[in-house]
Amino acid sequence: MARAVTTNRKILNTAIAWGVGLVIFFPILWTILTSFKTEAQAISDPPVFLFFDWTLENYAVVQERSDYMRFLWNSVILAGVSTVLGLIIAVPAAWSMAFVPSKRTKDILLWMLSTKMLPAVGVLYPIYLLFIQLGLLDSRLGLIIVLMLINLPIIVWMLYTYFKEIPGEILEASRMDGAGLKDEILYVLTPMAVPGIASTLLLNFILAWNEAFWTLNLTAAKAAPLTAFIASYSSPEGLFFAKLSAASTMAIAPILILGWFSQKQLVRGLTFGAVK
Amino acid sequence: MATKHSRVAARVMLAPAVILLLGWMLVPLTMTLFFSFKKYLPLRGDSMANGLDWVGFENYTRFVGSSSFWPSVQATLVIVGGVLFVTVILGIVLALLLDQPMWGQGVVRILVIAPFFVMPTVSALVWKNMFMDPVNGLLAHLWKFFGAEPLQWLSQASMPSLILIVSWQWLPFATLILLTAVQSLDSEQLEAAEMDGAPYIKRFWFIVLPHLSRAITIVILIQTIFLLSIFAEIFVTTGGAFGTKTLSYLIFQRVLESQNVGLGSAGGVYAIILANIVAIFLMRIVGKNLDA
Amino acid sequence: MGRIQLKQVKKAFGDVTVIPPLDLEIEDGEFVVFVGPSGCGKSTLLRLIAGLEDTTSGIIEIDGKDATGLPPAKRGLAMVFQSYALYPHMSVRKNIAFPMKMAGLSPEEQNRRIEAAAKALNLTDYLDRRPGQLSGGQRQRVAIGRAIVREPAAFLFDEPLSNLDAALRVGMRLEISELHKRLATTMVYVTHDQVEAMTMADKIVVLQAGVIEQVGSPLELYHSPRNRFVAGFIGSPKMNLIEGPEAAKHNAHTIGIRPEHLTVSTDSGDWHGTVGVSEHLGSDTFFHVKIDGFAEPLTVRVGGDFDLHYGDAIQLTPDPALIHKFDAKGLRIT
Ligand SMILES: Nc1ncnc2c1ncn2[C@@H]1O[C@H](COP(=O)(O)OP(=O)(O)OP(=O)(O)O)[C@@H](O)[C@H]1O
Ligand SMILES: [Mg+2]
Repeated sequence: MARAVTTNRKILNTAIAWGVGLVIFFPILWTILTSFKTEAQAISDPPVFLFFDWTLENYAVVQERSDYMRFLWNSVILAGVSTVLGLIIAVPAAWSMAFVPSKRTKDILLWMLSTKMLPAVGVLYPIYLLFIQLGLLDSRLGLIIVLMLINLPIIVWMLYTYFKEIPGEILEASRMDGAGLKDEILYVLTPMAVPGIASTLLLNFILAWNEAFWTLNLTAAKAAPLTAFIASYSSPEGLFFAKLSAASTMAIAPILILGWFSQKQLVRGLTFGAVK
Repeated sequence: MATKHSRVAARVMLAPAVILLLGWMLVPLTMTLFFSFKKYLPLRGDSMANGLDWVGFENYTRFVGSSSFWPSVQATLVIVGGVLFVTVILGIVLALLLDQPMWGQGVVRILVIAPFFVMPTVSALVWKNMFMDPVNGLLAHLWKFFGAEPLQWLSQASMPSLILIVSWQWLPFATLILLTAVQSLDSEQLEAAEMDGAPYIKRFWFIVLPHLSRAITIVILIQTIFLLSIFAEIFVTTGGAFGTKTLSYLIFQRVLESQNVGLGSAGGVYAIILANIVAIFLMRIVGKNLDA
Repeated sequence: MGRIQLKQVKKAFGDVTVIPPLDLEIEDGEFVVFVGPSGCGKSTLLRLIAGLEDTTSGIIEIDGKDATGLPPAKRGLAMVFQSYALYPHMSVRKNIAFPMKMAGLSPEEQNRRIEAAAKALNLTDYLDRRPGQLSGGQRQRVAIGRAIVREPAAFLFDEPLSNLDAALRVGMRLEISELHKRLATTMVYVTHDQVEAMTMADKIVVLQAGVIEQVGSPLELYHSPRNRFVAGFIGSPKMNLIEGPEAAKHNAHTIGIRPEHLTVSTDSGDWHGTVGVSEHLGSDTFFHVKIDGFAEPLTVRVGGDFDLHYGDAIQLTPDPALIHKFDAKGLRIT
């Protein structure tokens, strides 16, 4: 509903929107800035904004105190593998629901979503026991399975909404052209749905990256991702703002950068495919 | 459009997802149900191997009977309701704002959606310390600047603080969905209304808002799914103190902190029932909205 | 080879029977057109042959072999869809190559056939474009190219020209007819445009509500429609159908006379009336005439220009040999 407006109006819009945008972004900006201050400057009164002695010292300290790369690597593996695994399982399921709908399709879809509503705490202990039994506690494999399962309904849902937009006739054409089911999905459906799949992948990667219940409760040291890395800074003793900021920046930077580079897919993905 | 071949194929291809989710739902659920009827205190030496005592509905009555139960239900509803309220209202305002012609729209959009990328543990820590710390927090400085006594945010105004933090994380999502919906609004409809002399408020109320109803439903559904289970934000900020103990968090404490698995499991069953009530309610609305 | 036989084929969607049991034979090399009003089951019938839908009961044989249970990929047929259904993410070349890739043909053979098809369809310059960068007519040709290279037993077309503008439609119609002459492969063609049906078909199948009303060559259908429905459906403008006393004079419930089989005069004729709307096309003139004593106005076609206008008196005479007679059930009386 964009319409022609006067330049004055546009200047006003721009000023307000940038103002609001900066307010919303400010906590992140402030964290990043603080990470480059000394501890004294970080709590100076009045606060200093840009004019301070920029230092990288905090990053060095944080790296020394906790092995950042190991947590980062765990995060990448957990979020990446669980998302890809989820996609592999969800693509065929979404194909079924989008192109061979039955009376129960909608119920199944809603049921899948409703499993997301099961309170995790309600089943924490059983999962904990099962993990001990299966030797999965504090293992990447265990967490990958859990993260995959909790995001599976969303992946299925998103793919379903994207697939629904693809005309069934094109898939039928491929069947006429002699394509089997595997060819149809691999060579026709998937390439056509690439933008949707990319959005799904990105969004669920982020959801898995940020997941903080299971990753905190099922890991100790070996498999702990960045959520646990940052949680270790929550204890009040020895808390320093600048170091906390550095650790926070290190934890969110990969996703912020990823988000910056894949804006378009992300914006689409962020709506969970729910609106067009 | 389907043949027998494709229907059979569809069932086979749907099976892995359904079976996995069914297992993910049923196995732990059955175990939770089982524990909820048992006395199970691992620290006192109870274990599956030794056999657990059957205690009937004792865990259930004790869980509801505890003085923390109703406040936790209330806290849950306040947080979910509060965050939904804030994000939907602000989301609509922001969506309308971002839809206006301006320079640098793309950059503003990035700024606005950035909080969504921040992991909950980080956002909770940053807000708790760098903003809400009563001595060194930025908000304390701001209060002092205006000559006011700094607040003890997370104890004196624990609920509003928590709602603020969580809303900050979810506002991007609400804004984006609503913005997409606003952009799909047919401008001719608005122009026609303008020609008819409808003032902005009326145009908003009778044309824009009804158009947004589906998007609002989606925001409410998806956010509720996630908000019912918020954990890290509470874990990091108040640890459940100062009236911020949600049902989820209460159960978490029973199971992990007091190591009373039986009692916690009974709580879990309550939480599951509550979630299902909300789910059925929401699914009804969404189910209707899905076809539109 | 492409002989297709339908034996007692029935299709129901749930409780709704769209096609009651039906028999049909399509000979090898024939150009068969299905026509009928919208929703009569033309597409459904074609999709049953293609294997995109299951028959509820009955048998479909292709070249004498039972194909009822075969998936579409195994039937050796090619289909051209109304929406073209091109693969948007593949170049024209890849689109055309796709069925050959699925069949596992050697790259050299694939290229040879692509080049040949592109040349025949004037697509050589567009081979590296995406379908999105082509005009409607070009897309249609790609869809046909993709069908040709498979060397199928039969081609199935579902209203392939309905998305094209009038001029292109005529051109493509000729191209498809020519293709049929050259390949001599069976073609089954669905349309609701009876000009397409009349000009292209060896054999027309007229459908109504899933029932075959008549099967025959275009001129058979034109000259001796089996019933009122076919009489009204085939021919343009439509045949005039007259009931009442005038029909009774011919011992019929209804008589039919085509617009081109009426003679127009200003001074003498069997039927007297006034001109309503008149359409002067230069080559032809159409009059809509209100005849005294008839319930419905008649349409008349005269070759060349004829200087009569709204409100003028007019007299019409039917050619007695070309009057069609139908009984109360609508069946032809011979
Ligand atoms: N998948 C389906 N489920 C239920 N009914 C269907 C389905 N497909 C078609 N029908 C019904 O079957 C009848 C025949 O449809 P079909 O598409 O074959 O008509 P058609 O002759 O091709 O019409 P048109 O000229 O408009 O394309 C219609 O009444 C239609 O509503
Ligand atoms: Mg049709």
